[in-house]
Amino acid sequence: MNLTSLSLAELSELFRSGKVTSHEITEAFLKNVEKKNPVLNAFVTPTPDLAREMADAADSRRKNKELRSPLDGMPIALKDVVCTREARTTASSKILEHFQSPYDAEVWQRLKKAGAVLVGKTNTDEFTMGASTEHSAFGVTRNPHDTTRVAGGSSGGSTAAVAAECCTGALGTDTGGSIRQPSHFCGVTGLKVSYGRVSRWGTIPMASSLDTVGPIAKTPEDCALILQVIAGKDKKDSTTVDKPVPDYQNELKKSLSGMKIGVPKEYFIEGIDPDVLKAVQKTKEILKHLGVKLVEVSLPHTEYGVPVYYIVAPSEISANMARFDGIRFGLGKKERTVEGIYEASRSAGIGDEVKRRILIGTYALSAGYYDAFYRKAQKVRTLIKQDFDTTFEQVDALLAPVSPTPAFKIGARSNPLQMYLEDIFTIPGNLAGICGISVPVGFSKEKLPIGAQILGPAFAEERILRIAHHIFQNIENNI
Amino acid sequence: MISEKEVRHIAKLARIKLSDSEVKKFTSELGDILDFFQKLQKVKTDHVAETSQVTGLENISRLDEVKMCEYEEVLLECSPQQIESHSIKVPKIM
Repeated sequence: MNLTSLSLAELSELFRSGKVTSHEITEAFLKNVEKKNPVLNAFVTPTPDLAREMADAADSRRKNKELRSPLDGMPIALKDVVCTREARTTASSKILEHFQSPYDAEVWQRLKKAGAVLVGKTNTDEFTMGASTEHSAFGVTRNPHDTTRVAGGSSGGSTAAVAAECCTGALGTDTGGSIRQPSHFCGVTGLKVSYGRVSRWGTIPMASSLDTVGPIAKTPEDCALILQVIAGKDKKDSTTVDKPVPDYQNELKKSLSGMKIGVPKEYFIEGIDPDVLKAVQKTKEILKHLGVKLVEVSLPHTEYGVPVYYIVAPSEISANMARFDGIRFGLGKKERTVEGIYEASRSAGIGDEVKRRILIGTYALSAGYYDAFYRKAQKVRTLIKQDFDTTFEQVDALLAPVSPTPAFKIGARSNPLQMYLEDIFTIPGNLAGICGISVPVGFSKEKLPIGAQILGPAFAEERILRIAHHIFQNIENNI
Repeated sequence: MISEKEVRHIAKLARIKLSDSEVKKFTSELGDILDFFQKLQKVKTDHVAETSQVTGLENISRLDEVKMCEYEEVLLECSPQQIESHSIKVPKIM
């Protein structure tokens, strides 16, 4: 039996029933890490010794009938912005290359308590700023489906690790599309949760009003199992909302019949790859077949999403990155003045894309430009959010492409502005704080994976997971 | 558009040292990005409120309790600078 080709849900069932041990499962995934990571560079820090130790502990729990959750004994990976005491946390930046976190992120605490087994920390664009992992200080992550192409980003390490069967699931972060776009590129499922659904405590921030932490796995059901463990109020993150956490796996079973899904016309612009359009078209047919009513809707401010985001996010970035002062943690140069320490440490430790965003943010927030840029962007953000609010009064969810094209060649987006446009269909969801999921629905002529995006209102994760689950099952049956 | 002088100024505000060639490169790239932002000027926002958060939560408070910090030693160990009498030592600032 090829264990690594199974889903998390299937493996969990096999483990629970005693047909296979966590040790066997973990060894099978670790073998893939060892074999594939030298080419893919999905992991910044693999943690095989820790994984073996955690797997053995899970096996004893099973023997003693003390299993803690469906994730117990299951190998997972964490994007390297999730702080862990067991392994360094680098954010794929030189400035944190040797950073050992004194504490665990809340999401890692919850996963550990649930019994999950850590196989490694995954690559990302430096401080999650990018759409290809080409901005990682530790090299690009290659796409498992075509190693001349990027895995997408910024959570490209996590999506490549899942696609290459190096783990059953992983955590990523999504600030402007960083879970959904690489999931689409790598042919896996990735969920961007509603802002406030999952604690950000201990996850290195990029733009605090937009950042979310969410699951990546083979199937929507697997994402549901992971979300179940990490969702919910955390006292240490005051932006988490105290709303009940539904039984996500159970909700998946409900039918889609009678549901109304909107197709926003602004998401079908010129320049979209015909194979991406075809895949979305196929998804529409499946949904119709499942009894869903599809209607065209309009989100008129969509085109302003990217410029709003690239003012709001860098502004928050410039403030968040101020903590890297070369004094308290991370890389620190010895200089004769404090100013000297700041400048020397930051200049040496931080890469170009991060510098670029700090500069844009500093500019947008500086005296004389604040109204024209930052305030203006925050106002247009309101209009983008209102577009979704009114649309979700008419429909239950939205169907759209994830990104205009499948995975691109390494080096193909050398201009920063071109790279920013990668997230044109994912950014509006972050600005509005709603949830979204990328689910694999097909392949291009070049055999590159294509995902479809389902967007739902804030805190409707169970609904979009259910829609994605039904799409996924029917697409699979079609192939 | 943005000038090289302005780029040098914001880099100083952000405590980032740029070489001459970096200043040139960022001036041109930032110029393009700022031009792209002009798109927003087309949108009418006269009576629109700003959105700075999306949860609708307000005034989240908690008790101001004194707790022991279990991380004291390890936090000090995180510092790349010199540690002296249980503190991080930095150059004089006054």
